[in-house]
Amino acid sequence: MTEPAITLYRLQACPYCERVVRVLDQLDVPYRSRYVEPMHSERNVVKRISGKRSVPAIVDAETGVTMSESGNIVEYLERTYGGTAGTDAAEASVGGDA
Amino acid sequence: MPDFEVVSLPPADHIEAGEVAPDFTRPLVTTEYWEDRSLADVVDGPTLLVFHPMDGAFQATYLYNEIDDRGWAADIDVLGVSISTPYEHKRLLDTRGEGVRLFSDPGAEVAREYGVEHDIDGMAGITECRPAVFLLDADRTVRYVWVAAEHPAFPDYDELDGAIGDLIG
Ligand SMILES: N[C@@H](CCC(=O)N[C@@H](CS)C(=O)NCC(=O)O)C(=O)O
Repeated sequence: MTEPAITLYRLQACPYCERVVRVLDQLDVPYRSRYVEPMHSERNVVKRISGKRSVPAIVDAETGVTMSESGNIVEYLERTYGGTAGTDAAEASVGGDA
Repeated sequence: MPDFEVVSLPPADHIEAGEVAPDFTRPLVTTEYWEDRSLADVVDGPTLLVFHPMDGAFQATYLYNEIDDRGWAADIDVLGVSISTPYEHKRLLDTRGEGVRLFSDPGAEVAREYGVEHDIDGMAGITECRPAVFLLDADRTVRYVWVAAEHPAFPDYDELDGAIGDLIG
């Protein structure tokens, strides 16, 4: 079974997370969901991968990008998987690690 | 010995030794997060699959106390299954079941598939798992099985320990 490149760390019913999910679905990008706890102190895994405890956070194994902040994530996804031109998109993703 | 009859459970038409443990996909809970995983995907070596009553019931507590005391999770993968939600599983893993991962099967469909479901008297609408252990090899073939026939019941831990020893050599 091939694993999707994108892992989304999310919190059940977190609107910022749902915002990211909506864009993933729109762009038809496969992803897997990892649900974490509402309690901030219980989110060590998110802190470990992204440097902070807020969700959403994504890891894109395809591009090596890890990021949080839904606004940035949405922008990254549209830039990388928006499908305007494959090569352009891959190139654009290099700058997405900020 | 109590001087009254212990409750017998109806015969279970459960998965037997020699059969391949049926695959299923459910949220698998670790101390850090949960995500949908299939059993086929998770099993990559000797695995102890433990069905247990809902988290918080004493049978679940005692099972994990024993699993911890024996340190089985250090030797083989230990996977639990109950009808409890991922949030409840995380609570359980905060206090016991070190190294264990827990599948959440609220609808008890997996329990039914394995033939270990239990309609609890006095809790309307709740079907859960009766205590049961399935020891699997890397190919998911069942090498040892025990299913509770009474309520309550616990596996023969020494016998299970022997079966684990035989499997991992
Ligand atoms: N500006 C963030 C806000 C995200 C946010 O507030 N997420 C909540 C959960 S719905 C959270 O993780 N709060 C804890 C925190 O921000 O550390 C974004 O757009 O991603």
